[in-house]
Amino acid sequence: MSGQTLYDKLWEQHLVTQRDDGTALIYIDRQLLHEVTSPQAFEGLRLAKRKPWRLDANLATPDHNVPTTVKERAEGNSGIKDPVSLIQVQTLDDNCVEYGIEEFKINDPRQGIVHVVGPEQGATLPGMTVVCGDSHTATHGAFGALAHGIGTSEVEHVMATQCLLAQKMKNMQVRVEGELGLGVTAKDVVLAIIGKIGTAGGTGYAIEFAGSAIESLSMEGRMTVCNMAIEAGARVGMIAVDDTTIDYIGNRPFAPTAEQWEAAVADWRNLVSDPDATFDKVVTLKAEDIEPQVSWGTSPEMVTGISGQVPDPKAAPDDTVQRSHTRALEYMGLQPNQKITDIKLDKIFIGSCTNSRIEDLREAAKVAKGKKVADSIMLAMVVPGSGLVKRQAEEEGLDKIFIEAGFEWREPGCSMCLAMNADKLGAGEHCASTSNRNFEGRQGYGGRTHLVSPAMAAAAAIAGHFVDVRSLPANDATHAQEA
Amino acid sequence: MKKFERFEGVVAPLDRANVDTDLIIPKQFLKSIKRTGFGVNLFDELRYLDEGQPDQDCSQRPLNPDFVLNQPRYENAEVLLARRNFGCGSSREHAPWALEDFGFKAIIAPSFADIFYNNAFKNGLLLITLEEDEVERLFQEVEEREGYALDVDLENQRIVTPRGEILEFQVDDFRKQCLLEGLDDIGITLKDEDAIRAFEEKHRQRRPWLFRQTA
Repeated sequence: MSGQTLYDKLWEQHLVTQRDDGTALIYIDRQLLHEVTSPQAFEGLRLAKRKPWRLDANLATPDHNVPTTVKERAEGNSGIKDPVSLIQVQTLDDNCVEYGIEEFKINDPRQGIVHVVGPEQGATLPGMTVVCGDSHTATHGAFGALAHGIGTSEVEHVMATQCLLAQKMKNMQVRVEGELGLGVTAKDVVLAIIGKIGTAGGTGYAIEFAGSAIESLSMEGRMTVCNMAIEAGARVGMIAVDDTTIDYIGNRPFAPTAEQWEAAVADWRNLVSDPDATFDKVVTLKAEDIEPQVSWGTSPEMVTGISGQVPDPKAAPDDTVQRSHTRALEYMGLQPNQKITDIKLDKIFIGSCTNSRIEDLREAAKVAKGKKVADSIMLAMVVPGSGLVKRQAEEEGLDKIFIEAGFEWREPGCSMCLAMNADKLGAGEHCASTSNRNFEGRQGYGGRTHLVSPAMAAAAAIAGHFVDVRSLPANDATHAQEA
Repeated sequence: MKKFERFEGVVAPLDRANVDTDLIIPKQFLKSIKRTGFGVNLFDELRYLDEGQPDQDCSQRPLNPDFVLNQPRYENAEVLLARRNFGCGSSREHAPWALEDFGFKAIIAPSFADIFYNNAFKNGLLLITLEEDEVERLFQEVEEREGYALDVDLENQRIVTPRGEILEFQVDDFRKQCLLEGLDDIGITLKDEDAIRAFEEKHRQRRPWLFRQTA
């Protein structure tokens, strides 16, 4: 018998019952809640007169709707100008009080994007099952956890039963082997993976990211990779536990304390795929082949390297793809064969659950330091992922670097990643964005999103168009220093 | 949940791959704390020529005459015919809520995104996966014949075309029974309450750090 994959192990450790019809109940250790996908779930509980199964498994914070300007945030919930958004945030507060669920409210320094907050607090641990009514929950898989994005009915189901109804997925391993070039980040790795396997390439699979390039990533880089598993169609993305994982968790507020720490670490060491485990599908990329990525279209799979160009739809492999590409170029206002470096930007967004952690901000600040945002850029904003990330960045002086360069320094939230608050693109505007989706209208009605890494977004802000971050003098200097 | 009954419904073709949930229901409508009323904003950016706002009277908005659901022949459509990877993107359940509220009872496509697939069945919306060439043929037939309707028979896992052609489809037993009987799956899960408690106790003993009180 062959060994088990990491996914097989996590599944087995949480399997409550397996039914004859192929469905199973798996036990959920942690549920993260936010204001957009939870109100109808609480309402369902209330109507059925049910109580949450286990309160301490839940942790809530508002993130999607919250304003990010300093002035509005100073006013707490009453700073939310949009009355519908306000009701949603207020409803989360009310529900958490009514049911006794811990919540980091709008002006709690620990508030932030759920997928930044969970790991930061140690509320996400290896070996956990984590769910959240948000497709980017796969982020938490970076810790060797089984993390699923779920819908609102499932949020209610987990609250009421502490279990998720699931069917076991197939196993896919995506290996990235070799050494990443200077200026090539976790974001570029995951965009390159999506470009290779496609936006539905991972449908029906749990993806484990592996290989030397993945192992070399920090926890924050690993979170960026797992975060975008759903953009390749996979509900679940994960990475095996190693020293990097364990070092990150130590001393975080919700992490195991002294007497349990050793036992927990010993247990976590097993959260790796066995050497003889078999995967239903294996995809391999060479790290050396990956250059900084830029998406040109309206699906994350429509992506290419910075030295590349916008494709010609005529070269598409089939009619469906050709129509998609034609439609995408029309929406994006781009020409076939246009060079990526010739795409001019109007706005810059550095933030989102993909890229708003301290290392992301450091990378962007390194590029922005001593420079000025181009006059042609209407708005360049940096939105930290949580209050604690913001505080850390300010301690390091990153806020000053950004502000001096002409960026706006904001309060934490999802912000322009999905533009549910006031931060959005106008019709026709091109945005270099460190977020995860470039769908039509995602960042604002008629807005045109280009997905990039934080360093690439900062470089585009300075130049006013895309540039290869590897060609910047700052990187040459770093290179010399490191060499 | 209402019981899913066999029906014959007009088919509307949406000839586009990778239809994402942002396209199905744009984010500004996600601010509602209700489950109903999303139908008027289904495919909002494709359906109307202006930018939609929550709580707006949509009857006064300019319609996009080229969009399939605005064409009189597809009025009252109950089956949506779509391309591969339908429902990709976010986990918002507002997407199936909007489709269902609009009047769709079933969607046919060569493939669906995973989270959307789960969400749809939990709301009584049947998703039918057919081969790419079968879907292609249906697109042609729908185009050719006004009022094209399919007989959707979940019990026997088949759809019947106006010409009498039968196309069979797969659906797992659990989801099928939930739809046919209109079952609430929380109620079903709670029948296993003892098993969940027993598991939880064992899990707590083996890995107590997973049960640490927050704060």
